Parts: sequence; C-alpha cells; structure tokens
Amino acid sequence: MTEQMTSKSAAAIDRAKAQGRAALIGYLPAGYPDVQSSIDAGIAMARNGADLIEIGIPYSDPVMDGAVIQAATTEAIANGFRVSSVFDVVAGITAATDAAVLVMTYWNPVMRMGVDEFSRRLAEAGGAGLITPDLIPDEAAEWFAASDKYGLDRVFLVAPSSTPERLAMTVEASRGFVYAVSIMGVTGARQSVSSAAEKVVADTHAAGAERVCVGLGVSTADHVREIAAYADGVIVGTALVAAIRDGGVDAVAQLTKNLSAGLGRATAQA
Amino acid sequence: MAVLWLLEKLNYQLNRTVRLMVDAPTADSQENAADAFLQGGASLRNAPGPYFGSYGGRWMPESLIAALDEVEDTFEKAKADPEFLAQLKDLNKNYSGRPSLLTEAKRFSQHAGGARIFLKREDLNHTGSHKINNVLGQALLAKRMGKTRVIAETGAGQHGVASATAAALLGLECVVYMGAEDCRRQALNVARMQLLGATVVPVTNGSQTLKDAINDALRDWVSNVDNTHYLLGTAAGAHPFPAMVRFFHEVIGEEARAQILEQTGKLPDAVCACIGGGSNAIGIFHSFLDDASVKIYGFEAGGDGVETGRHAAAITLGRPGVLHGARSYLMQDEDGQTIESHSISAGLDYPSVGPEHSYLADIGRVTYEPITDTEAMDAFRLLCRTEGIIPAIESSHALAGAIKVGKQLTQGKENPADTIIIVNLSGRGDKDVETAAAWFDMLDEDGNVKGTTLSTRKPKGPAERSNLEISTDEAGKDQN
Repeated sequence: MTEQMTSKSAAAIDRAKAQGRAALIGYLPAGYPDVQSSIDAGIAMARNGADLIEIGIPYSDPVMDGAVIQAATTEAIANGFRVSSVFDVVAGITAATDAAVLVMTYWNPVMRMGVDEFSRRLAEAGGAGLITPDLIPDEAAEWFAASDKYGLDRVFLVAPSSTPERLAMTVEASRGFVYAVSIMGVTGARQSVSSAAEKVVADTHAAGAERVCVGLGVSTADHVREIAAYADGVIVGTALVAAIRDGGVDAVAQLTKNLSAGLGRATAQA
Repeated sequence: MAVLWLLEKLNYQLNRTVRLMVDAPTADSQENAADAFLQGGASLRNAPGPYFGSYGGRWMPESLIAALDEVEDTFEKAKADPEFLAQLKDLNKNYSGRPSLLTEAKRFSQHAGGARIFLKREDLNHTGSHKINNVLGQALLAKRMGKTRVIAETGAGQHGVASATAAALLGLECVVYMGAEDCRRQALNVARMQLLGATVVPVTNGSQTLKDAINDALRDWVSNVDNTHYLLGTAAGAHPFPAMVRFFHEVIGEEARAQILEQTGKLPDAVCACIGGGSNAIGIFHSFLDDASVKIYGFEAGGDGVETGRHAAAITLGRPGVLHGARSYLMQDEDGQTIESHSISAGLDYPSVGPEHSYLADIGRVTYEPITDTEAMDAFRLLCRTEGIIPAIESSHALAGAIKVGKQLTQGKENPADTIIIVNLSGRGDKDVETAAAWFDMLDEDGNVKGTTLSTRKPKGPAERSNLEISTDEAGKDQN
C-alpha cells in the first residue's frame, strides 16, 4: 500500500485500533433529502461512533447500488442536487468533527469536472479521499497523479472474485484502506453477512494491506460485531439511508450509536 | 430554445475541435487524418481492444473483472478454434439463414439522386434482424464457460427476442431486462420472448429505456456471475464486448463486400448504417474500413431534431465520458449525469455509442450524422411503397441517410447510376407496425386501426380461442 504521505483515513482507523476496536464507517448520499440534512446527518454519525464518514455522489446510473440507495440518490438528483455541493457537505462535516470524510463516487462525474479540479476542490474542503466503485487501478492513471498531488486517499475495491494477482495489484494501488466487498452483489441490507467476507479480508491482508474494511449487506450491530472480529473497519450504507429516509437525522444518530455498540472489545463510551 | 440550440451548436463545434486536438493523429482535417492512416498502411480492421484510440477500456466494478477476463479468455480461444468457428458457421447457415441477400432497390434508388442502392438484408435473418449473429456466438461461448443462464438487455426487443431464441436453441435459462417504457412500445416482442420461454423483467428505474435495462442487467450479473453470462447486445460496454460483438457481426460486411463485387464488379462508393450502440454498423463497416475509396456513414437518431435537445445523437452532440464500462461519446450534462435520449426508434434510444465508433469518428474514417424521426419515417414509408419491404424504424434511419448521401454523391454526375451505395437493412419492421400506424395517423381514438372495427359478428368465444393456447410443458416452464 502506498503510505509515503499522511492518510486521513488510515489515521482514523488507527485511532480506533489504538482503542482496541475496529473502525465504523457510515455512508449517506449527499443532497438526500437536501444538502443541509446531509451535513447534519454526517455530523450526527461522527458524534455517535462513526470514525469515518462516506459521502456518496448521487449519479444517474449507479450499477453497484440496490433499490434503497438508488431511490434516495434518484430523489436527490430530482431535487436539484449538483455535484459541486458534495464539497459543501464534506467541508460542513470536517469543520464540526474529527471524522475522516471520504467521497464515494462513480467515475463519470469526476471525469466531467476534471480529475485534477475535482481532487483540488475535495482536498480544499478537507476531504480524505475517494472510494471508487467503478474505477479499477488499471484505468486510474489520472487519479494516481491527482491523488498524489493533493494528498488524497485512493480506496479501491476488492471482491470475492478478485484473483490473487488483482488483489496484490489493488492493494499496491490503494492508500488509506482497501474496501472489501463482502458478497457478489450490489448494496442493500441482508439477513446475514456472507462467509466470503472473512476470506476476502484474510487474502487482502495476506496481499500486504494494512487496513481492510468490509462493506455491502452490513446493517445490524450483530453484523458489525461479526465483521469487527476480523476486519479493520466495518462499512454500513443502506441501513443508514433507510434511517434518514424514515426518521431523519435523529434516526441516523440512534442507528449509528446502536451499530457502534458492536465494534469490539473496548467499545468507546464517549 | 434558440439559446439552447446555439449552446448545442457551440458544444458541437468545440467537440470537433477538441476531438482533433486530443485524439486524432496529426493532420489538418479529419479526412486527411483518415487518409494518412490508410495510406500509412496501418489497418483499421480487427482492432482487438481494450482501447480504440482513447476509447473503450474497462470502467467496471472489480467484482466483474474476473468474469470479463473469463469471457475474454474463452472468446480468444474460441476464435482460434476451428471447431467453434465451424459450429458458428453451421448455425449461421442452417439456422439463421445466412448468407443474407444483397437486394438492389431499383425503385427506391430513384429517390436517392439515381445512385444504385443495394440493401443488405439482415431483416431476412431468423428473428428478423442482425442481432442473431451476436447471440448465437455468445450463447455458444456461454456453453463453453459452463454457464447455465444468460441475461440480456433489450431496447426494441430485437436483441431480447434473439437472446431468448438462442437460449431456447441451446437449452439455457434466459432473463431479459427491458425498460417499462420499451415494454409498452414493443409489447409484441415481450410476448415473443415469453413464448420462447424467457422471463422478461420490466425495468422501472430512470428513463425506463435501454440504458436502465443495462444497469439492471449489470446488477443481476454481479449477483449471479457464477452461473450467468451477460449476453450484451451491442458493440459497447467493457472489454471484450466491443471487439467480441463486432467479431460476431463481421459476417455482415464480409458477405456484403463479396456480394457487391459479384453483382457490380466493383466496391461501393458508400456504405450506410444506423447507429444506436452500433453493432450492425460496425459489422458491415468492418470489411470496408481499409478500402480508402469507400465512404462510410453512420446515422444516429436525431429524434425531434438535435436543436431541440430531444435526440439520441451521442457522437454528434455528446462528449467523451464513461457509461456501462466503456469510455465513449456520451450524452451527459455538465455534472456528468447521463442525459435521457429520445428517439421514435427504441433500438437507437441509447445515450452513448460503442467505443470503436467514437474512435472512427475522431480519426474521420466514418462520418456520423443525425437523422430525425420525421426523416426516418419518410424513408420507412418510401421503402414500403417502392420495394415492398417494411424496414425496422432503426434501419429506416440508414435509409434516410442513404437518400441524402445518394443525392450528394451524384450531384453534377453525368451518370448517377455509376454511384453505388450499400445500406445495412439491419431489421424488419413487423415489430414497428403499431408505432408506424400511430405516426401515419392510421389509428382511431381507441387505438384501433381505422376501418377494422366494423364487423357485426359476435367475437369468437373462449372455447374456440383455447385452441391457440400453448400446451407443452416446456413453454410454460420459466414463467411465473
């Protein structure tokens, strides 16, 4: 993993590790239901146990997302969401909390703004880096250059289907942490966590990754507890999106608190 | 509207300029660039991917990369395997009915400046379009990979019908994703797919057309990749699809080239095809790419007119971006959100285009122009009445383009019949009868064809109708 520069995500995960637990990463889309609510909800997640915040950019063709996130992001776009608002959300959360704030985005909106320009503005807003669900390292030359220039984390994904060669290559390309997809599928709450997840994490660690976080299908404190036993961080998305949809920022705060209870040996009481 | 039009026009000019600066080999104009290419001895044929100039690639989730590698590996081996090629050739001949005819359209030609127009009759293939070429190839690959299930997206329903057909023939389970709006426009093809044993899933996300059907097919694929092959229907998407789909359609151009030489003793002056994703077009273009004397034209769906913003002319008015796994020309707003496309033709209603076309546009080897709904429907009617052939509305865009090209190329020529143009008649219009009837004002306010509701006889009862029901176990198997 490229570690020559300071990584905000790595620092946040390491702070959790120092407390003897895995990190909690909470996802919400920007602009859902509006930009101010995204900021408030991000702050609420950070104050209730999330170590890292993942802010999604609503996109017209989200092929890795299931029904709940699709519905939310479609509504955000219909409500007039503009991509540049994501920097306001990032700045709003980083100004109020210590959480590392990453942006999760499909690649075309970044290409459209210009990879360098997007990166410059993200760094200026205090963002930690990007999670890129449809960008593989093979196509990421521009992003390597821009992320190095602005000191941003490059969080690429690995999956149960990744070959050992691709795991090694992706680990080498990543900075901050590696996002392990727990299951072959799209985002969405599931009854149980796939047994494939533990193997992906072990293989990714073995390929040299210092920090591996697990996402997809994680929705309860029990899931969090199960994954926290073997991963460096646990990523929750759909359940939080459903919470803000049904109960607003208060529901997000409550769910984050519940989820963080599953984090591990010395759960922070603060 | 005027402002919008000016902006679009400016965008168009900028695109052309940027395109030359970024992607074309050093040359003064697009035509010179292509000439330089051809005279330099570099072949444009058999481009292997993943990149076509700066287009193509694999802008895909990591979860699917292993599956794409498996498809690529299987395809590369099959391509070099005489047994596979023989199997495909046999199916093309004895199942699809290839070679398809090359028919001279003598009466239609009179409306195209007197140039001799020849139609490559992909409409005569089994299932009624060029789509069968690709699905037979990919379904054979699916079998080789040990997959038991194929999924497909469809716009007009032609690819869905072809996929359901190949799946039935080879004993594969088939699920077809189709935009709910397209299901409405092409209800007959929905029934056709169901008769063939496929499950049709109406997609209600987004614009409810082709691009959203592809999104849902990709979501299915990532969840079921162990036993499922995604039978992508056009020369777009992530590598190896653009090069692979082209390979299976190259037979169109190979036949057409040999047939025109046989019938006229020379190469054509121009080749015309319609462009949605662009699979029929790349299939016929491929054989002519290195023939410098042959002008090549791709006709995109201009919808209500490119100045209205309601169109599907990705090359004419889009700009490079990534969608569904490939970098290519894309209709997108200033945030990079995909813009919904519009066309009377469901099969061309796609906001991007195959990456090889973007490259061929940039280097100037192929000229891409928009054809409006009205121009296409005029050509549709003309072919019906001059040649006794009902074309698909998609293919009617190529016919309308050929009329323009014919007039242009024969201008000032003493003997216009020296000019020869091949049009890829990619599909037949049976599926489009309802759309055409509505367009030409042949329906009453209840949607019935005027003059067909005068019978005073009592409709036949259920007892008589039940004879039509399908009673085999096979047919009902996959329907819920």
